[in-house]
Amino acid sequence: MTRYIFRRLLQAIPTLIGVSILSFILVNAAPGDPVTMRTFGDTRMTEEARQILRRQLGLDQHPIVQYFVWMTGLSVQRGDQVAMMTRPGKPCGYVGGIDVTVCDSGGGILRGDLGISLDTKQPVWDRIVERMAATLELGIVSLALSLLIGVPLGVLSAVKHGSIFDNLVRFFAVVFRAVPIFWMGLLLIFVFSVMLGWLPTGGRQTVSLTQEFDLGDRLRHLILPASVLAFGGIAGFSRIMRTETLEVLHTDYIRTAQAKGLSPGNVWFVHAFRNALIPLMTVMGPAVVGVLGGAVVVETIFAWPGMGRLTVNAAFQQDYPVVLGAGMFFAVLTIVGYMLSDIFYAAVDPRVRFD
Amino acid sequence: MTTSAQTKPQQMQPKPGEPAVATPDVADALSRPARSLWRDAWSRLLHNKAAVAGAIVILFFMFVAIFAPVLAPHNPLELNSGKGFLPPMWVERSSTGKAGVPEFILGTDNLGRDVLSRVIYGARVSMVVGFIPTIIIVFIGVSMGLVAGYWGGATDNLLMRLTDIVYAFPDLLFFIIVMTALRATALGQFLNGLFLLFVALALVNWVGVARLVRGQVLTLKERDFVLASRAVGASHFRIMVRHILPNSLSVIIVAMAFLIPGAIITEAILGYLGLGLRPSTDPTDIFSPVGGRCCSKARPPSTTSRGFCWRRLSRWRWSSSRSISSATACATRLIRACANKAAN
Repeated sequence: MTRYIFRRLLQAIPTLIGVSILSFILVNAAPGDPVTMRTFGDTRMTEEARQILRRQLGLDQHPIVQYFVWMTGLSVQRGDQVAMMTRPGKPCGYVGGIDVTVCDSGGGILRGDLGISLDTKQPVWDRIVERMAATLELGIVSLALSLLIGVPLGVLSAVKHGSIFDNLVRFFAVVFRAVPIFWMGLLLIFVFSVMLGWLPTGGRQTVSLTQEFDLGDRLRHLILPASVLAFGGIAGFSRIMRTETLEVLHTDYIRTAQAKGLSPGNVWFVHAFRNALIPLMTVMGPAVVGVLGGAVVVETIFAWPGMGRLTVNAAFQQDYPVVLGAGMFFAVLTIVGYMLSDIFYAAVDPRVRFD
Repeated sequence: MTTSAQTKPQQMQPKPGEPAVATPDVADALSRPARSLWRDAWSRLLHNKAAVAGAIVILFFMFVAIFAPVLAPHNPLELNSGKGFLPPMWVERSSTGKAGVPEFILGTDNLGRDVLSRVIYGARVSMVVGFIPTIIIVFIGVSMGLVAGYWGGATDNLLMRLTDIVYAFPDLLFFIIVMTALRATALGQFLNGLFLLFVALALVNWVGVARLVRGQVLTLKERDFVLASRAVGASHFRIMVRHILPNSLSVIIVAMAFLIPGAIITEAILGYLGLGLRPSTDPTDIFSPVGGRCCSKARPPSTTSRGFCWRRLSRWRWSSSRSISSATACATRLIRACANKAAN
């Protein structure tokens, strides 16, 4: 098992390098650069001033050099500039063979530094942590909702398969899968916020001067986005649980349990349910990733101050360090999510063994 | 028995217990033209009520998409000034204080464009976005999966690491990054951004198909019929395409059934975020490559056809310092050309 985890972690390294290269290429493929975008139409800006800004941000260098700087935090200048560049905390060295000066500015992805946001001048890491709490809150609540509602619905509809209840559950599962998440969100806002006026239309809490923590207020803000995000999960989980429970219900040991006179509740929930849960483990990883992806849209609709919105806004505004940093962060989360799901799978099902 | 067999040979059924073949005559009468695999599948499909109902819905939407110009009561891009925000015709008084009119069955949007017509024309986009990228995805995914699964070893490892990279992004985030990054490039302008949408969908979704097919191939290639065809000297290509591929078709078809609605919904979500197709604004030219057309209409009279503009568009990518200036130049021309065209 330890060997398996170790091997998976090793495999994650080339994947993450690939992710970093791919996202860097994509971000750099956009025409124009952040400086032009931010100073566009500003009559006080001269082309020289823009060039200076670009040099400060390192945007004047070749993309490959930029990538290298972003990864390692080592900046590269042509020629012998050790005397000019060396500052306290920024040691430089000259490599004679290829005629470049290499300076260590002490950052870089490899050392866990995601750089500095172009827009707010905060470290990207701080911005992510600040937003991550909101996304986690939304994600965990909606995942819990979809498990708590989806799993029992699936089991019940398998136990009563062919009944009206079963058909209703299956019908709504299809509908929830078919409806785009943003449309659902807008519809719920229209009904519960605009028509009925019960719930707020968006945000994480009511804006006030003191910004005190008010649990009731937070919960009221959470209900709509979390349920919109949960709909897809409910549909997915109920379908999987229905199929798995049906399969388990036809096995020999269930027939044995029934034959020896156990109560139906005991058979379904103690014998059948536990075994039907195993395949659920394999979809947990993708489900977590799905929630993260869905959060991107839900956060935009409900003005939820989370990671998804941060990333989308940064992508629109060409805040490269934030887009790249958030991309890497999401990639790590996804890889860990898939890995945990596989490990749990082996943990609950003793028949599964990794070599 | 024999007489009925001679008059209606097609309906002849052997009774259980009787020897099925008595004389050569009867054997001829009993046999009917063999039904192919596809015919068989087709007749089973027709017996499945849910499948037929689904097919009818899809055919209906295809019909609407194809005959949109006939069915739509208005031009979807025509602005009706003073008639914006109308509610559907059956609403007496909406929140804006306006009453619905029979002229606009589902009402109008903020610019006074007929909602029903826009929905009808929208079916075209949804149909195209649902089916064309799926074909591309299946093509790429199946070939990658076949090759990876069949050859194994280093090829397999390389292709699977590639899929890992794409898997490591949440799908929507990947779409958003691709669309924001490439939207202003020549690729993003082509066909109103439809082409970029295809590219983005294909880039993300081929991974799932490739993994599925690879898994199938891994089990299928150990089977005896593969060994048999290799023994009679079939080439690798033939084994892959004629023997393994047809046997993994069921998995591919199921995957397609999830890809098509997935693509349609993704397009809708991207459109909502403002990253979908570029809206066309020219009422005389609905759902057409506005970027390309307007631009080529705006060219100076001396240069020929579209080449001028395409060269300009592709240059945006490479010279970042000049990009915005040439972009605005092209954009203002575009707007002027569109305005002129609309005025005429």
